This record gives sequence, structure tokens and C-alpha cells, in this order.
Amino acid sequence: MIEIPESLRPVVALGCPALGAIFILVFSKRPNLREGVTLLASLLQFSIVFSMVSTVLSGETIQSYLFPVIPGIHFGFRVDAFGLMFALTASFLWILVSIYSIGYMRALQEHAQTRYYFCFALAILGAVGVALSGNLVTFYIFYEILTVSTYPLVAHEQSSEALFAGRKYLAYLLTSGVFLLAAIVLTYSIAQTTDFNPKGILSLASSSRSALIFVFIFFILGFVKAAYMPFHSWLPTAMIAPTPVSALLHAVAVVKAGAFGIVRTVGYIYGIDLMRQLGLGGMLASFAGLTMIGASLFAIAQDNLKKRLAYSTISQLSYIIFGAALLSPMGITGAMIHIPFHAFMKITLFLCAGSILVASGKKNISEMAGIGRRMPITMFAFVVGSFGMSGLPPVSGFVSKWFLGLGTLEAGNLSFLFVLLLSSFMDAVYFFPIIHTAFFGRSGDTESRMHETNKIEEAPMSMVIPLSITAFFSVVFTFPNPATDLLLRLARMAVSQLGGG
Amino acid sequence: MPSVVEHFPVLVVVVSLLSAITILIAGWINRKTAWYISLATLLGQFIASLFILHHVMTVGSIRYRLGGWAPPWGIEYVMDALNAYVLVVLLFLGLVCVIYSKRNIEHELPQKVVSFYTIYQLLITGLCGITVTGDIFNMYVFLEITSLSAYALIASRGKIALKASFTYLVLGSIGACFFLLGVGFLYAVTGSLNIQDLSLLLPPFYGNRVVLAAFVFFLVGLSIKMALFPLHTWLPDAHAFAPAEISAMLSGIIIEVSTYAFIRVAFSVFTLRFLRLLPIFDILSWLGAVAIIIGSVLAITQVNLKRMLAYSSVANMGYIVLALGLSTSARTLPWGGLNPALMHILNHALMKGCLFLVAGAFIYKADLWYIKDFVGLGRKMPYTCAAFVIAAISMIGVPPSVGFVSKLYIILASIEAKKFFFVAVLLLSSLLNLVYFWRVIETMYMKRGKEQDHSHASHGSHVQREEIPFGMLSPIWVLASLCIIMGILWLANVPTPILNQVNSMFGLDMKP
Amino acid sequence: MEWFIAKIFAKYNYWISIILMMIGFYGIVAKDNLIKKIIGLNIFQTAIFLYFISLGAVKAGTAPIVDAEIIRKGYVYANPLPHVLILTAIVVSVATTAVALSLVIRMHQEYGTIEESEIIEKSRDKGMTWT
Repeated sequence: MIEIPESLRPVVALGCPALGAIFILVFSKRPNLREGVTLLASLLQFSIVFSMVSTVLSGETIQSYLFPVIPGIHFGFRVDAFGLMFALTASFLWILVSIYSIGYMRALQEHAQTRYYFCFALAILGAVGVALSGNLVTFYIFYEILTVSTYPLVAHEQSSEALFAGRKYLAYLLTSGVFLLAAIVLTYSIAQTTDFNPKGILSLASSSRSALIFVFIFFILGFVKAAYMPFHSWLPTAMIAPTPVSALLHAVAVVKAGAFGIVRTVGYIYGIDLMRQLGLGGMLASFAGLTMIGASLFAIAQDNLKKRLAYSTISQLSYIIFGAALLSPMGITGAMIHIPFHAFMKITLFLCAGSILVASGKKNISEMAGIGRRMPITMFAFVVGSFGMSGLPPVSGFVSKWFLGLGTLEAGNLSFLFVLLLSSFMDAVYFFPIIHTAFFGRSGDTESRMHETNKIEEAPMSMVIPLSITAFFSVVFTFPNPATDLLLRLARMAVSQLGGG
Repeated sequence: MPSVVEHFPVLVVVVSLLSAITILIAGWINRKTAWYISLATLLGQFIASLFILHHVMTVGSIRYRLGGWAPPWGIEYVMDALNAYVLVVLLFLGLVCVIYSKRNIEHELPQKVVSFYTIYQLLITGLCGITVTGDIFNMYVFLEITSLSAYALIASRGKIALKASFTYLVLGSIGACFFLLGVGFLYAVTGSLNIQDLSLLLPPFYGNRVVLAAFVFFLVGLSIKMALFPLHTWLPDAHAFAPAEISAMLSGIIIEVSTYAFIRVAFSVFTLRFLRLLPIFDILSWLGAVAIIIGSVLAITQVNLKRMLAYSSVANMGYIVLALGLSTSARTLPWGGLNPALMHILNHALMKGCLFLVAGAFIYKADLWYIKDFVGLGRKMPYTCAAFVIAAISMIGVPPSVGFVSKLYIILASIEAKKFFFVAVLLLSSLLNLVYFWRVIETMYMKRGKEQDHSHASHGSHVQREEIPFGMLSPIWVLASLCIIMGILWLANVPTPILNQVNSMFGLDMKP
Repeated sequence: MEWFIAKIFAKYNYWISIILMMIGFYGIVAKDNLIKKIIGLNIFQTAIFLYFISLGAVKAGTAPIVDAEIIRKGYVYANPLPHVLILTAIVVSVATTAVALSLVIRMHQEYGTIEESEIIEKSRDKGMTWT
């Protein structure tokens, strides 16, 4: 294998989806080649991202700055433990979702597949770019690429409903992008730099208290991608997109980019100490707590499976914000590991929803009576995902919630612990009925239909295998093994750099 | 021994003028020659302008005495970093538009090919003249040559364009008269018309009412020419109903060259010291901010694509003027001084040039004027529409496009000047841009027409391709790709030495 | 009265050109007939020419023709530069008028009228609006 110089690796890692996107366009008339390119790009990207792990684990950060944009700001990348975690998650899941997409898109004979794969590759470029970027300006560039490239995926169906969803999507996300830009520019004018620094780059010495709080509010408004309430409604609307899109982008790449951005802001722009001094942690945590509970309430009311999953995502994303806002080492660790763990679990759930759609054409939970008997593998994976969401062992959701729980204790705030437990309970409340319906439900239809229901009718293998893999990983992460060890070490390293212990 | 490049400033103007006459005569014999002569001339001019820029950057400014007369009496052509830069930009867009025009003009004005290229070369002559001249009265003459050719070119499509052209003519002439009056006032005070000479003679008279009135006349006259809100009323119709390449030139270059004329008058004839005496630049920046908002809002109300783009030009002139207004207060590299304003002159030329050429392509192919008729164009004309998308997201200001760089630098400049209101205006304008451009993109790619509704979605890929000829597509793509490439170059600070030289020339000293 | 003479009569050339300019401007703005607009424009331009020429005038000056005798006898002569400038400006103005008139002729062919309001009326359906 060719050795790529360390400092160029982030650039090459981003080059994979970029070149992939171009080749996807070139081979638009030859589906096999086109999808081969997608797979190849995803594999290459993951291997390059993975190759950076050892350096980062040894405590170093990989830096590659390409050219100066304005004084004090270079366009460039800085790979640290936290960024690498997100990049690993996104690039690994891209491989699986690519395989899944091929099955899904072909099975449903979707139109405009070239556009789909092209935009998908660009979205991954945006997500991994967000993860690896070294300062806010680079971050912003990739963040916006992510927004724009996902629009055609949301509006993929091109029906008037999908167009409306697309418009809403852009209206929310680009408006918030404007706030983010304002926040970045203000930060730069205060600190003369926007480089992420584990100690934070702002301080009370550099600006007044109220100005810093003002800028922080702008930052939070800028990260509407994290779908916190009351700016969450774009996410359920965007569920009109094809399922692989909902799975990778609206459970992992897009929304996590928002949550990731909030953690970056809290930890690397403001710094833990400044957040404490300004008292912003409690405010943010209460905000996140409200979303955790509120979104769960909304979720219970949804009949459309993907929409219910979307509200669950909204609730779970706020766990990440919540963990970061606790400003305690355990809380931040929990927030960080919840990014990959939730990604694996939620993607499993979405992929299951897609399989159900492909195999039976059903979108609503009320129609899914007895589906567990027809699609045992899919539904078993779904059970695994649901357990994870509710924080039940032996699925990895338990681990991140455990850390978050410890974090609330460290922060010394029992009401936050209560919120966490209540929310977990409510997760169970809206997931278990699905499982119950799927396995034990009897459809109200005639007996003749009952004949067929017990026949196994799984989705194509290219869909079932990826979701089995993600389900498998969701469980594996609970137990000590190299993969878990890797993520936990990365998270601990990130936290120790932040100075939390 | 003086370099041969020192003769280029005058050659750029004279060759263009001669080629106009040549086209007329040669075209009389064979109509097909017109385009080739025009293309060859512009290519030569463009290469010459690159040499000039290189010479200015490496050796120093060029002063060329016309007919050997010494400056205060004779006319002098002066090339410095500012006009060398503008010259390159304008000739580049002129070249791109002439390549595009071959098929389009054969299609739109089959009877008038020869006269079109004759007047087109006159237009280029006028534009080059405004940029290279070092004499303020000479500038007036070239300004009128430019405008007269523009009136004729706008009117060439007949019908509504005639009315649009007439409105432009009346307003443009008033603007030119104001400019002439300003020249007269300065002459009455100093007895000189040479720009450099004026800048030396004027300082003792800075408090003089006549000098103040002269500046106001220059400002108002050129504001009409550069369509600064609220003097923009001629612009939408003129830009909307001209042939596509002329729309591109009008929006991309002609109003920008008028802005150049204003920068030249403000900084070279009057100087920074004069501008500091009055709150002129504060007022300008507020006007710019209002233009941005009003232009964008009016653009949203348009149903005709080219009119929408025309209003977007009003808004973009607002950006340039706002940046110009901030130029005296922002002093930090790379966004201080004239940098954002000059930068946006190039950026707007690229973006708006591309957009108008695309709009022309729709008219060329299917006579489509209205946004609602664009349904399904994304499939029929994929390459054209893709270029439109690139230019449009550049307008919206998505990184790393040129539009983003412009906006970023203007925002940073406003923050340095402590004008936070402008930051809000700029950010709001991004959203307004988004609204009116996204409407077009959505119609082109996402909406389904009535006939398509009946068929299945999966059959969509069998739509007949109706792409425009390569000769039209390649200029569009050159501009579209430059929208991204230049954005990266700006971010990498590649062209900044030119701008730095402009700033130091005008005494806008920069903090690094 | 002193003041009046000093401000108005002594500088009558400026006042005349200002009055002419306003007349021309009125014509451009208020007249509906396109030809009248062009006449207004011409008056407007002429006013400026008058201003320039009067700048160059010297009391009791002769025509500025350089001749050995003029120099020897020390005649004063008018400043030639404004004249030269205005010659150019007149050419520009004639060209503008020519273009304007040809536009009016073409409009008359298209719409059968040279009244601005009627032309706007007739072309409204093609997307021309006032905004």
C-alpha cells in the first residue's frame, strides 16, 4: 500500500468522495460502474480515516493547513480525537449505506439515481469535512456543502410534498447557516482566530460577558442541524426522502454535524471554564432536556414509522447537546460516544424501516401487524435498535446513557438525572408498541391474508446484510473489544485534552 | 529602452476602433467575416491587457502621451494597477461574450450581424477608453461612446427593447451631462483636465462650494450610469430585453466600469483627504445597503428571469457601493480598503455574466422568458442548467464560490468599521438571494410539468436532450467554473498584490 | 440692490444656463411625447455647452487664432480649450439625438404612436411593469 504523508491524509480522505462524485457523473449511463465507484470511494475513505487513528491515539493531532484565507485563518484541517470519532462513524456507515442504497434504489426502481449517488457523495464530503476541519471557517464551508448537497436528496421524489419538504429544509438550514456565519465572524473579530483549541479561544478578558452570551446564542441558532426544539420541524418533514438518505444523513451525517458543531463550540471555542463562568451550561442543558422530553411526546403520536424515528432522533440528538452542556468529564464523554453509538443504532432502525418499505410497501406502524414473523432478521435488528434507544443493556445505548447519568451526578444536578431517566423511559414507551405490533399483532384483515403472513419475505440481501452489521455493532459496542476500546480511548483522550480529567 | 508594452494602452483603444470600421467594410463584402474579426481583435486586446497588467505590476505604471503633447495640455493615457485590473476583467468578459454571440446573434438578429459586431467593437472601444484614459474630459467622451453603443445594442431586438433603450438613453444622457457639468466646474476652478494635474491643483480649494458641487455632480451622474438605487429605474428593462450577451456585458461590465470611473474620480481627482472632509462615503454605504435590500426584494417579485437577474444586478451594485463606502474606514488586510469593492467587480462580472448567458440560452433554444416555463429544463439542458446552479449558489454565497468571498470580506469590513447593521443587511440579503434563485433552480430540476405527471417518474430519464451548441455552452462553462476557481484563488490571496498596489496608490495604507 | 447686481447681473451667463437647464429638464420629465423629450434633452445639453463657452470668454477678447501680430500687439483672446471641448460635446450630443430619433422612428413603426404612455400601455402585457 502506498504510504500517504500524515499531513496530507485529511485532504486525501476528502478527495475520495469528491473524486467519487465526479466519476459518478462520468459513469451516469453505466449503473454498475457508477455504484462500483461509490463503493470504492467509501472503502478508500474509511481506510484513510482509519489510518489516522494510531497517530491520534498517541496524543498528537494531525494538522494540514493549505492556504491562508484571512490573517489568522487558514483553510485547513486538524484531526483530533473527537473529530476522528465522527469521521470514523460517518465514513464507516457510508460503506454500509452504499451497499444498502444499491439494493434499495434498484428494488424501488427510483428515478434520477445518478443525482442521488452524486449528492450522497458530496454530502459525505461535507460531513467528513466538518469532522476534520481545523477552524470555524473551514467548518462552515463544509457545513454549507452538506446543506446544499442534501437538498436534492430530500426533494428526491419531486412530488409537491417533497418540494415543500425541500424548501422547508433549505429555509431552516440556510437561515441557520447565516446565523452561524455571523457567529463565526463575530468570534473572529473578538479572538482574531477561529482555530479549534481544547482550551477555548474566547475568554472574558477578550470581550464583555453579554457579548459572549450573544455570540453563543448565534452559534446555537447556527446549529439548527442539531434539530433541537423549537427548530426541529424540518427533520420530520425531510423524512419524505428515500430511506437510505434518512438513515445516513438524517440520523448521522447532517444532524450529527449540528450536534458535533455544538460540542465543538462548547468545548473548543468557548472552553469549559468560560462556559462555567458564563453559566451557559445550565441554560443549554435545560434547553436540551426540554427537547429530550418534548420530542418523545411528539414521537408517541406518530403513526408513520420514519417520522416516529425522526422524533426519536430529535430526542437523542439532544442527549449529545445535554452531555456537552453538563460540562463534566463524564457528561462530555457520554456526549462524544453517543455520536457513534446512536449513529449505529439509529441507522439500524432506519434501514429496517427501508427494508419493510421495500419488502412490503408499508410505511405506517398500524399496518405492520405481524410483520416480525415475515421479516425475522429485519425485525430482530429493529428490536436491537429499539433496546439501544431506550438505553437497555446489552445494546450500546446503555453505555452512553450510563456515562451521561454519571455526568449529571458529577455536575451535581439530580433534576438532570431525572430528566435523563424520564426520557429513556419515554423512549421505551414509543418503541415497544412497534415491537409488540410487529411480532404479536394481528391484522384486522380476513383469514385469507393470514395464510401468507407466516411466509418469510425478506428484503434483498444487499439491504439485510448492512442492517444486520449495524445491529451487530450496536450490541458489540457494549462489551470490551478492540472497536469499543478504540472509541472509548478516543473519547477519553478528547476529554483529557479539554482539561476535564 | 522603453518596453513595447508601453504602447499597449493606446493600441487597445485604437485597434478596437479600427476593427469596428474594418468589420463594417469587410462585412459588406462577406457577412461571415464580422465575427472572426471581432473575435481576433478581442483576443488581441485581452492578451495586450494581460501584458499591461504584468508590466504595471513588475515595472510600474505606464504613462502614454497621445500625439506627444505634454500632459496638462495633451491627453494622457495612464495605466496603474487599478485600471489595468479593470481592463483585464472587462476584456475577458467581452471576449467570452463574443464567443457566445456567434450562434446567438445569427439566431436572434440574422439581418444585423455586421452592424451588431461593429457597434459591439465600439462598445469595447468606449469601455477600454474609460479605463485607460488619464484625462477627465476624455473620460466623458468615452463614457458617451460606451453609452451610445449600449443604447443601440439594447434596441437591436426591437419591440419592447426600443422603449427600454429610450429610457436608458434619456437617463444616461442626463447622467453624462451631470458628469460634464462636474468637469466644467473643476475646469473653472483649476483650469486643468488632467486627472493627476487636478489632484495636485485641487487641495487648496477643497472647501470651495464649486468643488463640492462638482463632486456631487460626478456622484449623481455616475450613480445614474452605475444604476445605484434610487437611480436604477432604467436598468431592469434595458437589461431584460437586450440580447443575452449585451445583458451580460451591461450587468457584468458596463455598470462596473462606471463604478470604476467613480472610484477614479473619487480617489484620483479628489483624494482621500477630500473624502474624509465629508460624510459622502457613509451616505454611499447606506445607499448601498438600501439598494441591496430593495433590489433583492424586487427581484423576488419578478416572473421574468432576465428581469429578475437585472434586479439582482441592482442589489449587487449595492454590494459594490457598500464595500466602496466602507473602504475608507476598514484598514485591515485582506478586506480593508478597496479590496472588497474591486473584488466584487470581478466576481459580479463572472456570476452575472454566466447567469445572463444561461438566460439567453433558454431564449435561444425555446424562447423561454418566464420562470414558470422552465419546468423540466434540468433534464433537457443539463449542462446549461448545471452552470446556472453553480452561478446561482455563488450568488447566494455558498462557499467556496466567489459570492461567498465577496460577502465574507464585506462583512469583515463592516465589522471593522463597527457598522453591525450592514452585517445584518448582508446576511439577510443572502437569504433573499436564496429565495429568488432557489425558485428558479427548483422549477428547473424538481417541479414536474403537466405532461410528465401522467407518465411514471422512472421514465423521466428518457427526455430528449436539447442542449445548446458547444460554441455557446463553452463560454457559459468558462464563467461558471471560474465562479469556483476564482473563489478559491481569492481565498488563497493570489490576486491580492494587485489590490494592495491600488490601495497604496490611493493612500489607503493597510495594517497587515 | 448692490447685492442683486453682484449676484444676478454680473453672473448672468450662469443664470441663463441654469434656467435653460431647468427648462430642458422639465421637458424631459413632464412631456409625454418622445420627440418633445428629445428636444428637452437637447436644451439641457445646450445649457451646459453655454456654461462652458461662457467660462472661456474674456472681456474684449478676440478669437484665439495664434498669429505673430496678435502676440506682438498683446491682444487678449478667449480661452480656446472650452471651445474645443464643446465641439466634442456637441458631436456627442448630435450622436445621442440621432440615436434617440432613430429609436423613436422604430417605435413609431412598432406601436404606431410616439406618446410614451400609449407605448407603455401597449407593451404592458409583455412583462414591462413600472417597478
